[in-house]
Amino acid sequence: MLTLNVNGQPHQVDGDEATPLLYVLRGDLGLNAAKFGCGLGQCGACTVLLDDKPVLSCLTPIAVAKQRQITTLEGLGGHDGPGPVQRAFIAEQAAQCGFCIAGMIMRAEALLRRNSAPSEAEIRAHMTTNLCRCGTHMRILAAVRRAAQMVRSAATDAAHAQEARR
Amino acid sequence: MTAVNPTLSRRALLGSGAALVVSFSLLRSPVSTVLAQAPPRLPGSLRRSPKLDAWLRVDANGITVFTGKAELGQGIKTALLQVAAEELGVEPSQIEFITADTAKTPNEGYTSGSQSMQDSATAIRHAAAQARELLIAAAAQRWGVPAEQLTVKAGTITAPDGRSASYGELASADMLNVEAQPQSKLTEPRAYRLIGKPLARVDIPAKVTGAPAYVQDLRPPGMVHARVVRPPSYAARLRSVDSSAVEAMPGVLKVVRDGQFLAVVADREYQAVQAMTALAKASVWDETKSLPDPAGIYDWVLKASAKEYVIHDARNGEAATGGRTLEAVYHRPYQLHGSIGPSCAVAQAEGDGLTVWTHGQGVYPLRAALAEMLHLSPDKVRCVHVEGSGCYGHNGADDAAADAALIAMALPGRPVRVQWMRDQEHAWEPFGAAMVTRARASLDGSGTVTDWHYEVWSNAHSTRPGGAGNLMPAWHLATPFAQPAPEPIPQPTGGGDRNAIPLYQFANTRVVHRFIADMPLRVSALRGLGAYMNVFSLESFMDELARAAGADPVEFRLRHLKDERARAVVQLAAEKFGWSAGRLAKGRGRGFAFAKYKNLAAYTAVAAELEVEHETGKIRLLRFVAADDSGEIVNPDGVRNQIEGGIIQSASWTLREAVAFDETRITSRDWSTYPILRFAELPDHVDVHLIDRPGQPFLGTGESAQGPTAAAIGNAVADAVGARIRELPLTPRRVKAAIGI
Repeated sequence: MLTLNVNGQPHQVDGDEATPLLYVLRGDLGLNAAKFGCGLGQCGACTVLLDDKPVLSCLTPIAVAKQRQITTLEGLGGHDGPGPVQRAFIAEQAAQCGFCIAGMIMRAEALLRRNSAPSEAEIRAHMTTNLCRCGTHMRILAAVRRAAQMVRSAATDAAHAQEARR
Repeated sequence: MTAVNPTLSRRALLGSGAALVVSFSLLRSPVSTVLAQAPPRLPGSLRRSPKLDAWLRVDANGITVFTGKAELGQGIKTALLQVAAEELGVEPSQIEFITADTAKTPNEGYTSGSQSMQDSATAIRHAAAQARELLIAAAAQRWGVPAEQLTVKAGTITAPDGRSASYGELASADMLNVEAQPQSKLTEPRAYRLIGKPLARVDIPAKVTGAPAYVQDLRPPGMVHARVVRPPSYAARLRSVDSSAVEAMPGVLKVVRDGQFLAVVADREYQAVQAMTALAKASVWDETKSLPDPAGIYDWVLKASAKEYVIHDARNGEAATGGRTLEAVYHRPYQLHGSIGPSCAVAQAEGDGLTVWTHGQGVYPLRAALAEMLHLSPDKVRCVHVEGSGCYGHNGADDAAADAALIAMALPGRPVRVQWMRDQEHAWEPFGAAMVTRARASLDGSGTVTDWHYEVWSNAHSTRPGGAGNLMPAWHLATPFAQPAPEPIPQPTGGGDRNAIPLYQFANTRVVHRFIADMPLRVSALRGLGAYMNVFSLESFMDELARAAGADPVEFRLRHLKDERARAVVQLAAEKFGWSAGRLAKGRGRGFAFAKYKNLAAYTAVAAELEVEHETGKIRLLRFVAADDSGEIVNPDGVRNQIEGGIIQSASWTLREAVAFDETRITSRDWSTYPILRFAELPDHVDVHLIDRPGQPFLGTGESAQGPTAAAIGNAVADAVGARIRELPLTPRRVKAAIGI
């Protein structure tokens, strides 16, 4: 048995510590967002965050993930309260089949957590790990730009609010 | 085009068949009545399912609308919902919408060919309009008020005196159990509330929040996980397999073997993956060379036994004398659908029946094929469409459904989820076929094309089920089903010859399709079918002719293009792109291309600008500008999304993609051995401009950008480097060879 902290909640899971995190998230915890795309670390459909860093959960053994904060798409917000990056993807209608999108959002989330004002070149370089087959790339880029804007204005608003309280 | 197409169209045949059925049903009437009332054709898929209640039901619980088409990520569910809500006079949120399910929805065959708007939206639109009129008539009768005085809003009918009733209150049990009429009182374009306006896709919120959205996400109680072990190559034969150690592995419930169909079933998914790996190691296969030499694949295409179809032969003028004649040969390799999510299905055998949840494109054809494979009556099999990863044509979806069905039959009662691995998807999906085309044309002294002769050599572009023989797992059973001989898809839509007939007007035009039945590599429908290659070839050759005539490529096209809507998209794309004869910076090029998909669907023109790095031959995409006329637009953002996606996907095919193989195996087995376009290689901009045609028929958009994009890129590369590359994909190696470094 080991404990995984997923989206702020501890979960006891059993099984081989070499099991890729993806199978535990989907099978044991019933989380749908991270997708099996290749199992080879080539496409990014399974991207989740490990302590704010994007990892390919199809290759990450659960042994590596214990003692760390795992964030999946579900952790960013649900249907009734989507987070900023999710809202940006909805606003840009940045999906066709959508199968890659959970991974795209998580990779974008990782970028924006460390840099809320990325350049276009930084966004493209950062996102290039993840594959999309429908050709939704231009909208995904637009969504990441929009999300960055939303994150920045939320930070500005928070700063103003703090200023006002002083 | 002035000649009547000599090939009888499939649509015409289907149409006459449908009319016959109706006529038989009328035989009880006096013959004179039958003759006097030759049944008019019903619109869209109403021809196949003419009862209104096949398409929509209204009762106290609400409104349900049904389509036989499937959401493939193309946004069809949202567009169909808009059409239904518009004509019913309700809000989209008031409708429960049910897609392809053999237990619930009409049979609309395959969701393919960019036909869902023409087929299903047309049917739903008319059915909804007729249902609305029946409901209004019921209210008029109930209240003794003329129907014209009643108003409809959000599914409630109101009389001038204020009395009102909801559709649910007005509907009677059998009100919609009536045959559709050929004519409907459709909403006038000026009164549209929903059609022509963007509506947010109904499926996107679930997809961006991790709600269950895909067949991969199904978890019925008691579900078990299966994996298949495929032969290492098409011709491999299983010599032996010792499964005893695998059966003893933790969680393994069963090893399924039928002939050389091998599968493992386990409680947990990763246990199934580990068991699959072990079973693969425990199987011994004899392999033989069955594939053509990949280095000589185009010689194989040209020399293979082929059936010749002259699909167009129009002679309206004198052959040119004294002009110039050009000839060019173009090549296209096998290419992958390459869905991001490998194929998946869930099946459950219960009692004497079977239910299969599938992301295949045709639940009814799949049901027939599965029933044949399992020796069941089709009415014992239910196929339910659940979304999967985008398919772009016939990929592994139906085969995964067959896998799940076979395994579920061996494990009655348990829902069985089969998930393909990445290498299985790459190696076993049916590819888009390798093709060769040859174009020859003469120019007269004024720079007008006089003689156009075009030939296309191709495998089949559809080997969909059909019967069990087109389900790949059925090939491996102890009593196997053989793949049937493929048939070409007839004009006017065509398969390998799709868009082989130019829309341009030339004095003399002859087009020949050479259909190759032998399929050493598995092939079937890939988005656009032959249109991708034919438009690449035609539109590359038009550029070569324009250059020979000393003409601007856009002007040269317009010189030969009479169709006004075609001219409009060409002119709009050129204008928005800022097309000009001015020289670009060294290494930069611009290219233009146009097609009317299938010569009967959307008109799409694409202009491209790119840069070629001389030393490396690398192509950097700069921008695309497209113009599109898809007839009456229901959801402009949906159309735009399809065109944008088509451009990027086609750019990937055109710059990167070719299936690798040796004489025994498919060697493209992952994304490193079959690279596709990544974010770092994207253009700076993709702009799509739409021409709306309210009141005109819907013209399918889903595949219309594939061909024009390829040719626009090829033409821009030729413009940039001054040399033409006629073999796809346009790799740096080929670019360097073309410029002689």
